[in-house]
Formats: sequence, structure tokens, C-alpha cells
Amino acid sequence: MSMAQEKPRTRPMTMIQALRSAMDIMLERDDNVVVFGQDVGYFGGVFRCTEGLQAKYGHSRVFDSPISESGIVATAIGMGAYGLRPVVEIQFADYFYPAADQIFSEAARIRYRSAGGYTAPLTIRMPCGGGIFGGQTHSQSPEALFTHVTGLRTVMPSNPIDAKGLLISAIENDDPVIFLEPKRLYNGPFDGHHDQPVVPWSKHPLGNVPEGYYTVPLDSAAVYREGRELTVLTYGTMVYVAEVAALDAGIEADIIDLRSLWPLDLETILNSVRKTGRCVVVHEATRTSGFGAELCALVQEHCFYYLEAPIARVTGWDTPYPHSHEWAYFPSPKRVAEAFKRVFQEA
Amino acid sequence: MAMTQTPLEFYVPEPSGRPGQTTDFSYLRLQPAGQARKPPIDILPYDTRDLAQGFIRVLDDNAQPQGPWADDAPDDDILLEGMKAMVTTRIFDARMVIAQRQKKTSFYMQCLGEEAISIGQALALRPDDMHFPSYRQQGLLIARGYGLFDMMCQVFSNDQDPLKGRQLPIMYSVPEKGFYSISGNLATQMPQAVGWAMASAIKGDTRIACGWIGDGATAESDYQTALLFAHVYRAPVILNVINNQWAISTFQAVAGGENTTLAARGIGSNVASLRVDGNDFLAVYAVSRWAAERARSNFGPTLIEWISYRAGPHSTSDDPSKYRPADDWSRFPLGDPIIRLKQYMMARGIWSEKEHQALQKSCEAEVVAAQKKAEAHGTLATGRTSSVATMFQDVYKDMPLHLRQQRQQMGV
Repeated sequence: MSMAQEKPRTRPMTMIQALRSAMDIMLERDDNVVVFGQDVGYFGGVFRCTEGLQAKYGHSRVFDSPISESGIVATAIGMGAYGLRPVVEIQFADYFYPAADQIFSEAARIRYRSAGGYTAPLTIRMPCGGGIFGGQTHSQSPEALFTHVTGLRTVMPSNPIDAKGLLISAIENDDPVIFLEPKRLYNGPFDGHHDQPVVPWSKHPLGNVPEGYYTVPLDSAAVYREGRELTVLTYGTMVYVAEVAALDAGIEADIIDLRSLWPLDLETILNSVRKTGRCVVVHEATRTSGFGAELCALVQEHCFYYLEAPIARVTGWDTPYPHSHEWAYFPSPKRVAEAFKRVFQEA
Repeated sequence: MAMTQTPLEFYVPEPSGRPGQTTDFSYLRLQPAGQARKPPIDILPYDTRDLAQGFIRVLDDNAQPQGPWADDAPDDDILLEGMKAMVTTRIFDARMVIAQRQKKTSFYMQCLGEEAISIGQALALRPDDMHFPSYRQQGLLIARGYGLFDMMCQVFSNDQDPLKGRQLPIMYSVPEKGFYSISGNLATQMPQAVGWAMASAIKGDTRIACGWIGDGATAESDYQTALLFAHVYRAPVILNVINNQWAISTFQAVAGGENTTLAARGIGSNVASLRVDGNDFLAVYAVSRWAAERARSNFGPTLIEWISYRAGPHSTSDDPSKYRPADDWSRFPLGDPIIRLKQYMMARGIWSEKEHQALQKSCEAEVVAAQKKAEAHGTLATGRTSSVATMFQDVYKDMPLHLRQQRQQMGV
């Protein structure tokens, strides 16, 4: 067709507004979508992601739950067996542990153990990561615990456009999706310079979000920034830390925002590493048996002969997330930049 | 003056009878048939506390129906259907226990002595109501007319196993019969049943859900969670607790049943709670109907503690002679549910010893025929299982790249 495609209407949104827009659209489009969790109903969630949705769709569709993560996930599994598409919120990723059995043993495996007879088309949203002085119980990044469990999809957006498109994809997906939301990115991109003023999403191109329905596929990584010297494999908050670190180090980095951690877009990763010959993995979660270990293994398995230097990892330290020492724990632009330089020196 | 202090004593509950001893069943605190009242279906949960601590029983020791719950006795067709399902289930179990000894399957769990509960409830409810079973509810499937052949193919993990050899034997999953996949992780299905019931209410449906759990697994936090959510959202659900006295070797007192009842815990969660003779087909039927009507009328959930006795071992991997008296079941005061129903039907004039013998014979023939047909498709011993390539299916809806690669690595 020669007719010019109509450009979708966009408007600036925070990640919170983008997530809300995704749930709003899906509640509107699909009668089987229900949204519930602690504080998500009348009040609209402690981070306000579900604000106004109960007023719009009624308390049969959007409602408060008891403080029981196992109950939230278990009842969502039952609802999924009925035919609903529940979108539940675990108030902080740090609180998912009581629901672990229901997520790992039940939701993740119901399709398999019933030979496709039953499914658990759930989306389990959870704010994750640090940077808000949340201490050890409001700062964790447990993504590797989910990527280790077969049957789950694990997703972590880094910006409002992806957050909305990925959340719509997650809700429509028939597999259980763990949807991790880096809470430090809710209101703006954060590059780790915590002493500098907060940059709002309205100042960032990825904060200009299409108003209507669209999807971002669940198994595709994004090349956040192109460069020929170094591949950075990262996701969530660390995308922006890596960006500023590359600028500080004066290195042209290919920054791959994984977006979907598992299943993983391996092709985009391998193409980049084969191009640059150098790779640094950056995540906020603790190091040992972290998702970075899997990334390192995959890169060396597939790209060993392309590598000019050992793969480096920058991660949170292997300690609980401390409160007052938050910024010593958080992988700072300085630490990340040092790793970037190191893979050139060690060659 | 020196104060004397008694040293503290650590307490661990024990059953009254161990091997070589005689169980004192007075701990059950049974009450005569007909004594328990039948409340209106809109009763407040708190007002059921006498029934949670008491005992609903319809058939007395002479198999005569007694009291207000006898008013909702099953009609003759249901009685005959129930009897056929119970007899079939018992024969099915016996054959599968033998098949396990013959190594045709790795494992089996019978429901000997508990047949009336799942079968009575299946027949009391609508066929489209949804069950979230535990592992001793094969009676639900048999009462709902699921094929014995299909059940056996699952038990034998053969090439017709509907679950493609992925699940332990007896961990059935039958969507077309409203039978949720059995987990094996205990109690997880209880809050799931509540969630299904919540969904049914959200959609303005008329179907209800039933969760099933044993006495031992009520100790899991998921069970308490189920009670909480059922109460909070007034979910149209029946929460069945089968107290068969034993969780493998652990006596029900260790699950919290000592000097109280398991139904009593429902009162604290504000769920209407009843304690019922589970070996009494008439009581099972009437109480299930009451709870179903309550749920369908938007009055909320009911917890039912069914008193029964696990007559067989926990599974084929268990040896109960190591931890309980061998003669327990013969001394269990609530008897055998099949014999009690048979006596009632005979007294009612719709059944005879001859007809019972004939039924047993025909059920036996039906089970044997199904087994022959199932074994023609292989058993675990013959190794004729589903294709190993199916191992990688159904992990996700669509097989991701990494699983395709792993399947290729395995060479299939």
C-alpha cells in the first residue's frame, strides 16, 4: 500500500503510567483479565501502578488480596485453570519466597505435568532492584531464581515503551511470566549517579509511549546503543549505568538490553560478541550463580574463538543488600567503567 | 526459702496403639447417628462450631438412617451407582497393587476404606463442578465415568498414557472430567481450588469447586491460606479434609488433631465447618449436597472433615506394620463403607447378597478387561512408553530454541 502508515499517537509516560496503560488496555480488551494483589485495588498499589483501575473496571476485576504471596499465586493458578488471565502483583520481589512452591512446582510445571491439559497463563509482576534505600527486604534482584526454573518466562524491562509492550505480551502469553520491574526506573532512567538530580522519563525518548495497544515480543533483546568495541550484556537499571560508564571510559559499546532473560535472544548476543570480540556482563543481583554466570557460559560456548579477552562480570557483591551502604553495593558507573577498561588491558 | 521448680517437659503426641498394642479409638469422640443437627445453608460459620467439634452420622451401627441429615438420602439410582463405583474402585485398587508387585508400574496408592467419600461427593455434585484432588481420590474419576483403561495407561506409563509418562502413577489429570492435575506437592491444590471458585464467582458462573486434602497435609501453610482466601472472598468451594488417621507413619495428632478436631480449625478462619462420618455413604451424600447448595447460593465455603481410616499402606512403598497395630481397621468403629452401604440397601429392599456378588463379578470382569487392553499398550516393565521426544514438549506452549537444541543433543 502506498498510503502512509498512520503514526501511533504517543505521550510521555513514566514506567508506572506505561504499566498501568498496559493493564488498562488488557482489562478493556479481554474480560478474562483480572488484576489483584496487596494494596492494588482501591488504593492502586504502593507504587501506584494500578491506580484508577478498580474504579474503572469494578472490584470483580481489580481487587485487594490478603498479605499472602502463596495465596495470591495459588488462587491465580486456580483462576488460570478456570480460564481467566490473572495479572498479580507481589509488592516487592523480595517477598515472593512464600509463593516459591506455587510458582516453581505448580505454575511452571502444570502444562507439562498435565500434558497440556491445564495451563497457568499468569503474569506475576514484582518490583525489583535497589537504589531507593530499601534495605535488604526491598532491593533484591532474584531473577536467576526464576531463570533456573524451566517453564517460566522471566522478563525485565528497562524503559516505559518496553514495559508497556512487554507487559501486554506477558498478559497475552499462555506461559507463566515473571515480570520484574526495576523500581528505580519507575520515574526516570537512572545511571547510578545517585547524587545528581533525577532525570524524568519525559526527558528520555523511550518515555514517549504509544497510547494504544502494541506488543514487544517476549524473546527478543534490544540493542540499546550500538558500538563496535565492546559488547555489554545487561538489563534493567544497569542499562543506563552501562551507558554512562561507556561514555566515561570513552569506549564504543554495543549495549544489549536483554529485556527477556529467559527464554533468551541468544542470536542478538552472539552477533554482537562476534562483532566486538569483547564482552562484559553487568547486573545488580549478587554474583555467584547469578544470571551473569549463564550469560558468560553461553558466550564462551558459542564465541570462544571470537573473544579477545576473558569475559568480565560486574555485579552486586555477594552480601545481602545493605541499607546505609547501598551505594557501595550498587554496581556504580565507576566500577562498570573499570571493568570495561580491564577487558582491553587484559587482552 | 528455696523455690522448687519442676523441669520443663517436651511433649510429642503419640497414638494410643503401636504394633502389638490395641488402639483406643475413644480419641475419635464419635457420637451416635442422627444426633447432629442440620443447620440452614445460610448459617454463619461461627454458629457451626458444635458441628465442627461434633459428628454427623446418618447410618447407625445397624445401617439404619437416623436424624435430620437422613432427609436428603440419595435415591435408588444414586445408591446403585455409588455402590458400583465403590466396588469398582476397590477392585481397581487391588488389581493395581498386584500390578505394582509384578513391576508393571513403579508405584501405587489405593484408597481402601475411603471409597465412600470421593464417590459420594462426586454423585452429590454436578458433573461440571471442578475438583482439585489429592492422591487418593480415584473414586472421583470412576464415579464420573472416566475410562478405567485410561487410568491404567497412566498407571502403567505406557504408549497410551494421557500424561506421556511425565507423572508418577496415579497422579491423574483429566480436564474433561473436571479433575485437576494431581501435584504430589502437598496442599498446593487447596488454595488453587479456592482460586477456581473465585473465578467462577467473578464470571457469574454456577459451578463450584472442591479441594481435597488429607489430615497430614493440613499442616501445610497452603491449607491455612486456602481457608483464609475462601473466607475472605466467600468463595463457592468445598474444602474436604480426609482424616484417615495416618500420614504415612505420622498419626493425625501430629498434624494438630489431638484433643480437638481438624474441622475446628475452620471456625478460626470463619469457614463453616462440619465433622462427618466418611465411611457413611448417606452422610457423605447429604453433607456434600448441603455444602454445595450453600456454595451455589453465595453463602460461601464449607470445610468438611471426613473421619475415615487408611486401611491400606500409604503407598506400595510403605509398610504400616512397622508403626501401627495390624488389626486397626477391623477394630475401627466406623467400619467398612461398602459393607455399611450394602446393609442399608438390603434393608431398603433394593439389594441382595446375590446381587452384590453379581456386581462384584461384573466389576471384576470390567477391570480385568480394561487391564488386558491397557497392558496391550505396554507397562513400565515392557518399556513401551510414550516417545522420548515428547519429553521436551509442553514445558512452554511453543518449544523455545534451547529445548529444541537439547532435544537434538539427545538425538531424537
